[in-house]
Amino acid sequence: MTIHEAHQLLKTKQLSSVELTKAHLARIHEIEPKISALVTVTDELALKQAQEADELIATGNTNPLTGIPVLIKDNMCTKGIKTTCSSKMLENFVPPYDATVVERLNGHHPVIIGKANMDEFAMGSSTENSAFFPTHNPWDLSRVPGGSSGGSAVGVASGEAIYALGSDTGGSVRQPAGFCSVTGLKPTYGRVSRYGLVAFASSLDQIGPLTQDVTDCALVLNAIAGYDPRDSTSVPEPTPDYTQCLTGNLNGLRLGVPKEYFVEGMQTEVETAIRAAIAKLKELGAKIEWGVSLPSTPYALAAYYIIAPSEASANLARYDGVKYGFSYQETDNMWEALEKTRQYGFGPEVKRRIMLGTYALSAGYYDAWYLKAQKVRTLIRQEFDQAFSKFDALITPTSPTVPFKIGEKVDDPLQMYLSDICTLPINIAGVPAISIPAGFADGLPIGMQIIGKPFAEETILKIAYAYQQATEWHKRRPEI
Amino acid sequence: MKLSREEVLHIALLARLGLTEAEVNRFSKQLSNLLESFEILQQVDTTGIPPTAQSIALQNVVRSDEAQASLSQDQVLANAPRKDGDFFRVRAVLGNT
Repeated sequence: MTIHEAHQLLKTKQLSSVELTKAHLARIHEIEPKISALVTVTDELALKQAQEADELIATGNTNPLTGIPVLIKDNMCTKGIKTTCSSKMLENFVPPYDATVVERLNGHHPVIIGKANMDEFAMGSSTENSAFFPTHNPWDLSRVPGGSSGGSAVGVASGEAIYALGSDTGGSVRQPAGFCSVTGLKPTYGRVSRYGLVAFASSLDQIGPLTQDVTDCALVLNAIAGYDPRDSTSVPEPTPDYTQCLTGNLNGLRLGVPKEYFVEGMQTEVETAIRAAIAKLKELGAKIEWGVSLPSTPYALAAYYIIAPSEASANLARYDGVKYGFSYQETDNMWEALEKTRQYGFGPEVKRRIMLGTYALSAGYYDAWYLKAQKVRTLIRQEFDQAFSKFDALITPTSPTVPFKIGEKVDDPLQMYLSDICTLPINIAGVPAISIPAGFADGLPIGMQIIGKPFAEETILKIAYAYQQATEWHKRRPEI
Repeated sequence: MKLSREEVLHIALLARLGLTEAEVNRFSKQLSNLLESFEILQQVDTTGIPPTAQSIALQNVVRSDEAQASLSQDQVLANAPRKDGDFFRVRAVLGNT
């Protein structure tokens, strides 16, 4: 059931939010042992919020998000509810305030049903880097759900909640959306406030919705987008009503297909599915140009894995065992306490990235690595700007492969990083992109990515909506 | 690009990150491999290209200098591993090596 379908039932009193919430809690208790998507289930809060929502609906509230169960990725602060980042470092951290996105959602009276599992501190592409447990893909329990917002994507795909919030630094909303066959949007950098999102790489991080269709995505974006004085990188521009662009009409839209995204090592079934999806967009009235070139794309992975870890190494310096979080106690020596707090509090991937970033920023290496990567970032952004002078949007696969096996890539960081090859250039450029279901290969999901101009979320939502009006992929649900 | 054991230890010291012997060996190998593949960046001609720190045009964002409500001391200290009255408790910084 989507947000807009549930809203109709709530509005016409065919269903109460308490009933809806109880059904989702029952589903959670039934399937959570198989999929492990959640770090915290907030049963009591959810039922209390559902009761309040029912009272509001009875007195005429018609807000589309009121009374609808939602999951929040566990790196967004929820006042009074543990926010762990799936890390031992924050295992017992209870935030004293709400993230702006949570505060904004709360204004719509949602039902927060749980906090979703993730790669530790959002660093990863498979949710295997959670310090607590890996999350399983509901389409094949032996495979990863993608990451880092794996718990959010799985929760939505498997019916634990109606929608979820995730965060996307290099593909962390879109790649798991693709792997789980749900709709996932990374808005333009600056569109959604990052206040209260635990920082990973501040110039790349952006919060976005994971939903069952594009209409729901637009409804959630309406609630969370917009200027926030508490995030100095949030952009003071008005936000439109994102449901208004969902017309189903693609006539006159110019779409480019960048050749560099059809990479070597790409799975044949993925390429076939994306070509078929592009043909469908053409059928719907869009003008397609193949063979568009974004020549710096092959350098994006290296630039990303210098820039993101550099920012992470600075952001994660705050975990010192003094203010909050895990704290090593068995010493009176300040330096030993600091080093052991970080040794025992962080997992292997987080340590690897802190090391990589510290190296790239260190004296003697800064110019050769960090500054060089920032210049390559400029080139990547310029190439997107040039492409967008000719095209309204660009179409690519979300990932070069279908979901891989749990354990398959954990010992080879570079192979793991390569699974984000199609999504991370978008964060480098700061532009918006959406992943929508575009087919299956042997029962495993394939995602299509639609990339837009800065602050042109409406265009990519319009294209994604038209595609979903003409296809059924997004309606399939896994049997578990 | 090869990161020696000494370099790994130096970086860990800069990051104040304690590492086990096994981690030092593993990171020496893994970070060397990663940096070797990232050397592809040196092939890009960036002459005259300015660096990009972030992707939006905002600069020097300030707010008016007015007092605003903040968290209470109790709220701020609620997650502190060690506290003493209204303070965070830390270990001795001076006179203790």
